[in-house]
Amino acid sequence: MADLIAWVLVLAVAAYACAGGTDYGAGFWDLLAGGAERGKRPRWLIDHAMGPVWEVNNVWLIFVLVLMWTGFPAMFQAVFEALWLPLALAAIGMVLRGAGFGLRKPTRRLAQRRLYGAVFAVSSLLTPFFLGAVLGGIASGRVEVGTTASADAWANPTSVLTGLLTIGAVAFLGAVFLCCDARRFGADDLVGYFRLRALLALAAIVVVALIGLPVTHGDAHYVWHGLTRGLGLLFVLLALASGAVTAVLLLRRSYRWCRYTAVAGVGLTVFAWGFAQRPYLLPTSLTVAQAAGASATLGWLVIVTLVAIVLVGPALVLLYWMDTHGELESLTDADTGAAPAPGDNL
Amino acid sequence: MPPTVALLASPPALLASTPAQLLPAREMMAFTLASHILLVPFGVALPALTLLMHYRGLRRGDVVALKLARRWSAVMAVQFAIGVVTGTVLSFEFGLLWPGMMGRWGDVFGLGFGVEAWAFFLEAVLIAIYLYGWRRLKPWTHFWLGLPLPLAALMGAFGIIAANSWMNTPQGFTLDAAGNPTDVTVRQAVFTPMFGPEYWHFAVAMFLTAGYVVAGVYAVGWLRGRRDRYHRLGFALPFTVAAILTPVQFFLGDSIARSVFHKQPIKFAALEIVWNTDTHVPEYLFGRLNSDGTISGGLKIPQLDSILAGFKPSTQVTGLTSVAADDRPTTTQATIAHWAFDLMATIGSLLILLALWYAWCWLRHRDLPRSRWFFRCAAIAGVACLFTVECGWISTEVGRQPWIVYFNMRVSEAVTTTGSGSLWAMLGVVVAVYVAVFGAFLAVLLKMRTRWRLADAAPDAAGPPPELDTPYGPRGEPLPTAAAPGAGGERPSGGDS
Ligand code: HDD
Ligand code: HEM
Ligand code: HEM
Repeated sequence: MADLIAWVLVLAVAAYACAGGTDYGAGFWDLLAGGAERGKRPRWLIDHAMGPVWEVNNVWLIFVLVLMWTGFPAMFQAVFEALWLPLALAAIGMVLRGAGFGLRKPTRRLAQRRLYGAVFAVSSLLTPFFLGAVLGGIASGRVEVGTTASADAWANPTSVLTGLLTIGAVAFLGAVFLCCDARRFGADDLVGYFRLRALLALAAIVVVALIGLPVTHGDAHYVWHGLTRGLGLLFVLLALASGAVTAVLLLRRSYRWCRYTAVAGVGLTVFAWGFAQRPYLLPTSLTVAQAAGASATLGWLVIVTLVAIVLVGPALVLLYWMDTHGELESLTDADTGAAPAPGDNL
Repeated sequence: MPPTVALLASPPALLASTPAQLLPAREMMAFTLASHILLVPFGVALPALTLLMHYRGLRRGDVVALKLARRWSAVMAVQFAIGVVTGTVLSFEFGLLWPGMMGRWGDVFGLGFGVEAWAFFLEAVLIAIYLYGWRRLKPWTHFWLGLPLPLAALMGAFGIIAANSWMNTPQGFTLDAAGNPTDVTVRQAVFTPMFGPEYWHFAVAMFLTAGYVVAGVYAVGWLRGRRDRYHRLGFALPFTVAAILTPVQFFLGDSIARSVFHKQPIKFAALEIVWNTDTHVPEYLFGRLNSDGTISGGLKIPQLDSILAGFKPSTQVTGLTSVAADDRPTTTQATIAHWAFDLMATIGSLLILLALWYAWCWLRHRDLPRSRWFFRCAAIAGVACLFTVECGWISTEVGRQPWIVYFNMRVSEAVTTTGSGSLWAMLGVVVAVYVAVFGAFLAVLLKMRTRWRLADAAPDAAGPPPELDTPYGPRGEPLPTAAAPGAGGERPSGGDS
């Protein structure tokens, strides 16, 4: 039972990495889109693409947290005590990101839009870094039950590398999705723009990963070994294959499937990490079985998960379907009957 | 109270009872919760109000009602974003501030949050479809897709309140020799004695608050002389909803108070500042509890507390002194909880008068009251309600001190080991961020209002209302210049690219 919940947890992390990651990636490209004039069109696309779905994507994170504290309370406690600072910063980053994004759209003044946009974009860069650093801290075995907060738990080679990899992954996902969204919204010039960026992000990931190989060998010994043999290795290879297929698809400008392969690449990587950590939740001090909460609760968690799948699954499918078929469009000033106010310059 | 009390009050627990990080941790929790809770009434109840207005608009072909519903949707879009992010912070804070509680009790009471999580999923999906569906979906399809929204919101509240009521009346487990919970029965841990009273009182409070706040906005417009049908409808619908619920809330409040009396006697003693266990206990309206048990100030009404608690003067009310001094709220905390409680009850009663005033005028001449004073009061009612919601939570949370899990875990045992310096610094950052975010949020809302008012003042400038134009027609916001679509012959239809 505990194993099942642990896999649900890995699944939820993977889902957040893919769904939430795409949104962080959009923010990343928002940051690099240049000045107000030059960045106008990419930003317009990012607004339209993220608008309807980012709140939904954020719920995956809530689900991860709930699974952690309900299913594995001891692990939750250990992680939040040891990695206090990066988690606190990530939380603040999330507030700034969401607020910046939510407030930018209804603003009609350039100066304010710049401000909200900058807040949104910068926190889109920092938040995934801190979340990645947290994963790195866990994977390198620096978190044990009773570890108190210290910089070593997250400011170490593995954490920094995972943080950078996370930024690379979200930038890659974001660019691939925006590339496809650009086609959907008929902004053909932006297709090439984001295609190039997707390829660059993928190249950056490869570079960071290559640097990471020797560094993590000693630093995150257990997970390194898990990733280089058995099922862990299999999933790493599958993830690599997905990444390669995505690159080929992008190079050949055939966009029909590249979203799915990009998502597969990131999701499979998370699963590879899950396999590499087995049987530990916190390598090499706390196993899944040791951390598991009361068995009655775990049983109910399975039920809650099933209900979620039955109820939320179709709703999610409906939302993504409507979104990708252009059924969803935000209200405009014409709809709500709004006139420009003094000082509005957009 | 159970024998665990004696166990936990042993000297070692006393020594460790106030680590330096406790104060900043509590302040941070209180601040972030108090901020989040201001948005919750709108998350829970604004969709329902909007759907009511939407229904009216569709049913009667009422253009004004549809315009209102659309504008409320635009507000909801911004409010929901802020609600989501402030809520996410709370989830993090469980780990950042209270790892001890989650580590020991997470598997007992955490499941409620599991329900909450998928309810939020549904809510976020439905709200996205509703908010972004105005333009392309068929009118009634759009309405029906939005209809489950209030249910999802109430489901989300279920999870949160289940967790909170468990903290107030924990059950569904037994303690082993080491004091750790075993034999968890989830059903009991979710449906605790306080759950029912808390849930209904809370749910009604949310609808009440959202109703009065929204109506208050139009009451202000009315007072400034904008007495058109738009303001009339925008005022009357939410106000009617709130006015109907006000007496209901009064009875629910009375009943939750009695549940507290039965299930959390020490909290009740704090709310009513009862020092010694006694019969024929007087009721104090406000007043301050001194450390020797005397009460300064306040209005004393003989016998009333016993009568309210058990319907007769001879009812025995448990006093604060019935448990050891470190097992109960301090006199300052009791005074805070007492004031919060009394303010809540006072405002609740005043709102009843306002609702009666409205009902009276409606029954007499089928019209809104004419008095400016009525609209002045209505304009304040929303703010007062938000204030009352804060008061209610302060009663609940401060009245439970020093327990985070009533009589099972102290707040000081749950708190993080992170140093107080880091926590104070973090609190400073959080306050700064929240002040900026909430300030910007309000500024954006006010700006939206200004734009709408300008458009309404010069109707021709804004063009015909969308209904006359192309109902729900596709009139997308134009692309900002450059590269027209076209050319892409190989583009697949639809978006399955
Ligand atoms: C519009 C808001 C509103 C109004 C008019 C009232 N309340 Fe309330 N009250 C709340 C909003 C609220 C709340 C914020 O929603 C609380 C906090 C916790 C909860 O479940 O509901 C609450 C809690 C709460 C509690 C604490 C429960 C606990 O500690 O577990 C009591 C005893 C009362 N209320 C009693 C009353 C009484 C006697 C009222 C008389 C009219 C009243 N409330 C009106
Ligand atoms: C599921 C719901 C809730 C949970 C799990 C929860 C949990 C907590 C925790 C862990 C603390 C710190 C310990 C303490 O000082 O008691 C706390 C304190 C507090 N909470 Fe709650 N809370 C909930 C709902 C709320 C809400 C919605 C509010 C709204 C304002 C609130 C107001 C407060 C306040 C004011 C304090 C500070 C008490 C003090 O300083 O003495 N609580 N709550
Ligand atoms: C300590 C307690 C609380 C926690 C941990 C918490 C957590 C959260 C989280 C994580 C979200 C964002 C969900 C998303 O991503 O969509 C959220 C939003 C929300 N919360 Fe809270 N919350 C707390 C207190 C409350 C209370 C007491 C209520 C009352 C029912 C409440 C009602 C809501 C609602 C309705 C939303 C949806 C967003 C909105 O409509 O504004 N929350 N909360």
